Amino acid sequence: MSIKFEKVSYTYFPGSPLEKKGLDNVSFKIKEGQFIAIIGHTGSGKSTLMQHFNALLKPSKGRIEIAGQTILPTTSNKNLKELRKHVSLVFQFPEAQLFENTVLDDIAFGPKNFGYSEQKAKEKAWTWLTRVGLPKSVANRSPFDLSGGQMRQVAIAGVMAYEPDILCLDEPAAGLDPRARKQMMGLFSKYQQEGHTVILVTHNMDDVANYANDVLVMESGKLIKHARPAEVFKDRSWLKEHYIEEPKASLFASKLTNFTFSNTPLTIKELVKGIENNLKE
Amino acid sequence: MSKILIGRYVPGNSLVYKMDPRGKLLVTILFIFIIFLANNWVTYAIITIFSFLAVAATKLKAKVFWDGVKPLIWLILFTSVLQLFFTTGGQIYWNWIIFTISSYGITNAIYIFIRFTLIILISTVMTVTTMPLEIADAMEWILTPLKYVKVPIDKIALVMSIALRFVPTLFDETLKIMNAQRSRGADFNNGGLIKRAKAITPLLVPLFINSLETAVDLSTAMESRGYRDGANRTRYRILKWSKYDLYELAYFIILVLLLLVFRTK
Ligand SMILES: Nc1ncnc2c1ncn2[C@@H]1O[C@H](COP(=O)(O)OP(=O)(O)OP(=O)(O)O)[C@@H](O)[C@H]1O
Ligand SMILES: [Mg+2]
Repeated sequence: MSIKFEKVSYTYFPGSPLEKKGLDNVSFKIKEGQFIAIIGHTGSGKSTLMQHFNALLKPSKGRIEIAGQTILPTTSNKNLKELRKHVSLVFQFPEAQLFENTVLDDIAFGPKNFGYSEQKAKEKAWTWLTRVGLPKSVANRSPFDLSGGQMRQVAIAGVMAYEPDILCLDEPAAGLDPRARKQMMGLFSKYQQEGHTVILVTHNMDDVANYANDVLVMESGKLIKHARPAEVFKDRSWLKEHYIEEPKASLFASKLTNFTFSNTPLTIKELVKGIENNLKE
Repeated sequence: MSKILIGRYVPGNSLVYKMDPRGKLLVTILFIFIIFLANNWVTYAIITIFSFLAVAATKLKAKVFWDGVKPLIWLILFTSVLQLFFTTGGQIYWNWIIFTISSYGITNAIYIFIRFTLIILISTVMTVTTMPLEIADAMEWILTPLKYVKVPIDKIALVMSIALRFVPTLFDETLKIMNAQRSRGADFNNGGLIKRAKAITPLLVPLFINSLETAVDLSTAMESRGYRDGANRTRYRILKWSKYDLYELAYFIILVLLLLVFRTK
């Protein structure tokens, strides 16, 4: 199955003086089961695009096919639960969505809503509590007593606990320390390898290089590039023109003027390999 | 930065936007009184023309004003119909138990309809062309005399501006949390009363916590910048009278004079 956008446009406050185009004629097709990155600078429409994946926003024009369902401008707001069970969204700073008395109850909220029994929901909650890297001892504490980073983990566990086929994340690692970031990205990567689709909005090009196999580049509501990371980061002048950073490895490689690389290295691994090859010669 | 409309402010830059909020607020309030000077067809025609010219001067789409009148249209019609059936006097056209349609009733109903509609239109002119914070400043200015009877106008004004400032923030926050919980399968639209009341907990708890955090942050920020209660303070938005306010005043005085001249004594 694949996710398909056909000429999707979205306008905020249509017909009012505050009218604003959020998406402008966006079309693409992505295969499920991949790790997809959405990049683009502030205000380019990434979050707007994200909210279309589970119909929190519906296109003003165009059509979307996702998880076997079709979303049209006329799609009714009722009966979207089935879609949302399969396609779930983690917003920026998701720690703001916690509300239950205990961490475990909060994680079990989603599964219960989507029809898991009390028992099964609790089970799932335990599983994901540990999978996101929280100690078992926090299970019965109030989520509001935790640190910011831990609250984030609880919130993410709360979405992953019902194991959506398509997991969309809006800058989930923003503001985390490098270790927590790496741990979290590892979690998403593993989730994808287990057969799910992960869609990640990010400003971190190293994450794109390390984990993504498909990249959507947004600019002022338009999709300006849809390609594999190697393709996206290949053209240095294009990147400059669109104010997109390079991954650290490729930046490093570009400073090594005496070395030649057959392919621009995107990850540290590739960089090391490239340097080794150069030294051998 | 928030993009949500607070109040009903609509951005624009026509003549009316350049007027001082104090003047606009004062004239709007006075308008509600002077409309009672109209008591015959000529005066009603005059005040209607003046009001529509004010509406036109905003250079906004008619829809903006229709949106202002629409929510109250039933109330206006209801009041007019009451007038129509319960006023007696003049020529009687129709009578049934306690209901009468008379010539007085008909004119009264029409007068009431015009009066109501014009008051809404004029207040809409003010609210769509003046930012809520400016309206708050203008209210503070109008209430200033109450200082002398020991009403804490400064504090009231501060509370008012803070509240206004945080309405859009709260709105954004509500929307965000609602969307987040919807993604987790929460349903705010379906089910009976109890189910819906229950569904609102996941929305209210985070909202309260966020608001409290914002409030604490705000008070810390204010204190760390030396805010003290009761100190005389300068203003960031300084309101200044301009020639546009003179136009407004002249317009208003001409209206009052015309009404005084043409009304039935
Ligand atoms: N609720 C809203 N109301 C009106 N306009 C909005 C709203 N949300 C976003 N926009 C506008 O739509 C455009 C795209 O915004 P969006 O939030 O999708 O950007 P983004 O790529 O996610 O940015 P960031 O990297 O800062 O998160 C922006 O110009 C923004 O001003
Ligand atoms: Mg965003």
